[in-house]
Amino acid sequence: MLKRDTHQVSHDVIEDLIRCDWGRLMAALIHYFGDFDLAEDALQDAVEEALVRWPVDGLPQRPDAWLLQVARRRALNAIKRVQNFDSKKHEVAARMYSNGVYGHDSPNDSNDEIPDERLCLIFTCCHPAFSLEARVALTLRTVGGLSTAEIARVFIVPESTMAQRLVRAKRKIRMAGIRFEFPPRRRWAARMSGVMHVLYFIYNEGYSTSAGPVPTRSDLCEEAIYLARTLRGLAPDEPEVVGLLALMLFHEARRAARTDEHGDLLTLEDQDRTRWNREVIAEADRILIDALRRRDVGEYQLQAAIAGIHAQSESFEATDWDELVQLYDVLCSIHPSKVFRLNRAVALSFAAGPVDGLAALEDFEADLSGYLPFHAAKGDFLRRLGRHEEAINAYVKAVKLAGNEAERRFFRRRLAGWE
Amino acid sequence: MKYMFLIYTDEGAEPQFGTPEFEEMMGGYYAFTQDVQSKGIMERGAPLEQTDTATTVRVRDGQIHTADGPFAETKEQLGGFYILDCEDLDEALEYAARIPGAAMGSVEVRPVKILPES
Repeated sequence: MLKRDTHQVSHDVIEDLIRCDWGRLMAALIHYFGDFDLAEDALQDAVEEALVRWPVDGLPQRPDAWLLQVARRRALNAIKRVQNFDSKKHEVAARMYSNGVYGHDSPNDSNDEIPDERLCLIFTCCHPAFSLEARVALTLRTVGGLSTAEIARVFIVPESTMAQRLVRAKRKIRMAGIRFEFPPRRRWAARMSGVMHVLYFIYNEGYSTSAGPVPTRSDLCEEAIYLARTLRGLAPDEPEVVGLLALMLFHEARRAARTDEHGDLLTLEDQDRTRWNREVIAEADRILIDALRRRDVGEYQLQAAIAGIHAQSESFEATDWDELVQLYDVLCSIHPSKVFRLNRAVALSFAAGPVDGLAALEDFEADLSGYLPFHAAKGDFLRRLGRHEEAINAYVKAVKLAGNEAERRFFRRRLAGWE
Repeated sequence: MKYMFLIYTDEGAEPQFGTPEFEEMMGGYYAFTQDVQSKGIMERGAPLEQTDTATTVRVRDGQIHTADGPFAETKEQLGGFYILDCEDLDEALEYAARIPGAAMGSVEVRPVKILPES
């Protein structure tokens, strides 16, 4: 927990504090006012006031309640400033009244509990009517509290472009009738799966950045884990949500060991397993067990189980490849994606040998010709079979498809070893 | 909230009148229309004649220009529409998925703009 000194609160402490509360406060304000823009502007104003006042006055008893009260007042003032109260504003006013916005006016009133509406907020931000990019951007901005500039860096676009996209997405919420509420039971599974897809996409963007000089961006991974923890806290009985968190943590435990001191990528085989974070692995394992005991298995739990076998193998040689092939078989039967089939072929190449791995690859060669890991796997099987010339061809294709410098260096190094 | 459902299909690839496929498609539209009418949410709806019957009008500098054909050549053409009164976008998208044109082409869902009363 953050230390709450009454004196000399630094900007960093305040910013951390606000960051933790951002999503919850945004959700509460949107719930009150029914308007994303109004809520965001008001909260931003409150944050700015806090950054001025807290270093002088000290932290309030309940910083979150303080921020909420100030933001509410700002929002109400903003509404009052609108001269012509049209019918929509009346509706907003009526809703605020029924929600008791007018009830408390003391910023230090520590008794009022802020209801947690973040799950509604996440569902709204991840609505399938948005593009994946818009879903990710809205979630990072509104739930995660990232700035527009930070999100622009994720997508490698100018800040003004990202600002426009966010404006457009928020406009669509308002104009197209996307509700700020829980989806009804019959839509729940589909919508939850959309939410998990967004969170895992954010994690993967951090884990293996699709473009640029660096292979991972830890801030995005940490953000995704924070969001997954939040989602688990809000929906603790959804086994796939629990599985998703376990999956991210298993990856996270190994992330630092994926590159060497020069920033070059290391295969699972070459990674220094003493650099894997045992504490995080143990936590992921506990979480996965919590998911699996509900006996409602899904793609995230299975991927977590697979990541867990790797994370808990003492050495590459000691890996239980037969078990992995079986898990991939179940995974492919639930979700027959090309990527899972490719990973199954890799597991098979260690369980039964590279000849079997190559045979498994042939089934979907045409589908995956533009997918780097396909050529990497093929090159590796051929190398292990001593078919070096064919292996080099496969690696050359992989180099051409590499998205970041570390990936390119990795395949060039492999090539350099033989040429 | 009122939404317009714009049904786009490749009119060249649509089932021909008199074939069992045509009967099936029309049966699908009939059942859908019956359903939304019985729920009391149907505002309007109609199929359109093919785009070779279309004439496009533009007025430039006070001059009326007419052109034979639709306003743009596209792979899929606007072939019909519904206007339905739905609870929210989620409900509208569920109806859209049930329109037979969604399985052959695509259905665009757009909120109908409410003009302020003067």
